[in-house]
Amino acid sequence: MRSRTVVLSILFAALAIVIALVSLSVGTARLPLTDVVEVLLGGGRRGTRLVVLELRLPRIATGLLVGIAFAVSGALLQTLSRNALASPDIVGVNSGASAGAVAVIVLAGTGGGNISGFAAKVGIPAAAVLGGLLATLIVGALSIQRGVVDAGKVVLIGVGIAAAANSLVAWMLVIGDVNDAGRAAAWLAGSLNSRAWSDAIPVLIAVVLLLPVAMMFNRDLSALVLGDDVASSLGVRVAGIRLALLVIATVLAAMATAGAGPIAFVALVAPQVAQRLTRMERPPLVTTATLGALFVVLADFVARNGLQWAQVGPYELPVGVVTAACGAPYLLHLIGRQQKGR
Amino acid sequence: MLVALVLVLLLAFAASLALGSRWLGPGALWHALTANNGSDPDVIIRGLRFPRTVVAVLIGLCLGIAGTLMQGHTRNALAEPGIFGVSSGAAFAVVLGLQLGLVDTVSSTVWVALLGALIATFAVQHLASRGSGASPVGLALTGAAVAALLGALTTAIVLLDANTLDSYRFWAVGSVAGRGLDVAGQVLPFAALGLVLAAVNARDLDLLALGDDVAAGLGLSIRRARLVGLGAIGLLTAAGVAACGPIGFLGLLSGHVARRMFGARNTWLIPAAGVIGATCLVLADLVGRLVGGAGEVQAGVVLGVVGAPLFVLVVRRRAVAL
Repeated sequence: MRSRTVVLSILFAALAIVIALVSLSVGTARLPLTDVVEVLLGGGRRGTRLVVLELRLPRIATGLLVGIAFAVSGALLQTLSRNALASPDIVGVNSGASAGAVAVIVLAGTGGGNISGFAAKVGIPAAAVLGGLLATLIVGALSIQRGVVDAGKVVLIGVGIAAAANSLVAWMLVIGDVNDAGRAAAWLAGSLNSRAWSDAIPVLIAVVLLLPVAMMFNRDLSALVLGDDVASSLGVRVAGIRLALLVIATVLAAMATAGAGPIAFVALVAPQVAQRLTRMERPPLVTTATLGALFVVLADFVARNGLQWAQVGPYELPVGVVTAACGAPYLLHLIGRQQKGR
Repeated sequence: MLVALVLVLLLAFAASLALGSRWLGPGALWHALTANNGSDPDVIIRGLRFPRTVVAVLIGLCLGIAGTLMQGHTRNALAEPGIFGVSSGAAFAVVLGLQLGLVDTVSSTVWVALLGALIATFAVQHLASRGSGASPVGLALTGAAVAALLGALTTAIVLLDANTLDSYRFWAVGSVAGRGLDVAGQVLPFAALGLVLAAVNARDLDLLALGDDVAAGLGLSIRRARLVGLGAIGLLTAAGVAACGPIGFLGLLSGHVARRMFGARNTWLIPAAGVIGATCLVLADLVGRLVGGAGEVQAGVVLGVVGAPLFVLVVRRRAVAL
């Protein structure tokens, strides 16, 4: 790794941790930062420990982890397709995962017998991964023509598949019970509200297992950027590695979607910004991961407190609203640049 | 050929009256049409199936024509109000209006939806055509970006208010179920104005298809033609979204089927696309009623599931530029 990449990674990680700490101390009960640190080091009073460890930390940990998972997934997909716009939220992975997860949330209560508690907790990530993989499979299969994947078509077909999955989601919201629909709608916006450790742990497992595997392919990814022909002449087994990385990217995005809903634009923006700042020819994985974590905790901090600061009322926004409000203009900017480059 | 299309529409209309959770034969249809003495079949046909079928025809007409106009003006085969963020603009405006207490009746919803649809139409078109003009990919992605942003804001508003959510989720799926003739009547002025503008615009579109320079040389005011077109798209989409919620893919479907049957001449293409759109929405509603069993699958969902493969087919054929 070059020094610039290392420095930026450390900087983003440090900022993410600082914001996480501040976020742990701010809320309905405002705690001094020193108390928060004390609790994290194993001390503190019981009440403080409850607030920090049981209420706020699971949420913030989930935020950090899904930020990493979405960002790395986006970096992998963008590198594989050589297209800055091919992030899991654009090409249908998140929509597929959402359809799977909403099916469990809505149908578990009414249609499919009473699945609840443990089964629902396991069922949502599993269904999200299945839905995400299925969407990837369909988009991938449809965008291959004469053995070649056209990067522009991947994006367009992804938009179409996402629209179909979204209409299924809308239908499931209608047939479900009002309360289930409310839960699903809150989750669909991309939200970290009332996340528990059981939400964070599946994402943690995915990140801990898959991020190192993705990093083992670092050299191959750099070769793939040069084009399939060059990569294979450099000894990269293009087809196999492409498939492996595609599966990793999909599982990461789907697990993150299961954990916190389809938080918009993290997967698109974090790799692009990381690539620009490090001046690399592809999104560097570690810098992207740390930036993704920073982006999500920062957005969640704003989402949690923004409406109080603006004196609107004691409401919390879903984190996805904030990331969409920042990410959509950035996507429009990217499209504008691509148009001019033509 | 247009006559044949209208006949198909009439057949679909009749089928929509006859079929449903309960089959009502020609005899019952005739009875409801002529006698109407308040028997069960009469009530089902006159009170339930007839109104929603009329709404489906009107809104299908609007959305089919809106999509085809968009395809003509953007010279982009993927142009579609649902994909391009226009429906999201209308939806966002409606939810915002509901939350702020500005709208309560359908007619005031139309005004708000109209404003949202128009702003979104102009915004997407403007944002996508920076640089060297709007490419198909650029336009589709700009629409997706605007739709994502507006969708997130819509969700945020809906989540602040539990009551809005319950009505919103039924509206957001896109359906003609339970929409009465009063709804059709309230959106009719907007739809009619949109249709008139579309008719005026059809010939201009034929000229615009020759290229802006040639069209200007032939004495067409490009600016006016574009404004009339955008106005028609906005009005027709707003009427559709206000009455039935955001129904996707209908414009895409109608535009492409019409283009295959009638070629590129807009004076034929646009009315044909309207009739095809009406037929498709009536059929989608009917299919949703038949496959749903005890409940029903909303027309918006049927069109989403049918429309996506078509979208993919268009993309794969490299036919994205008109």
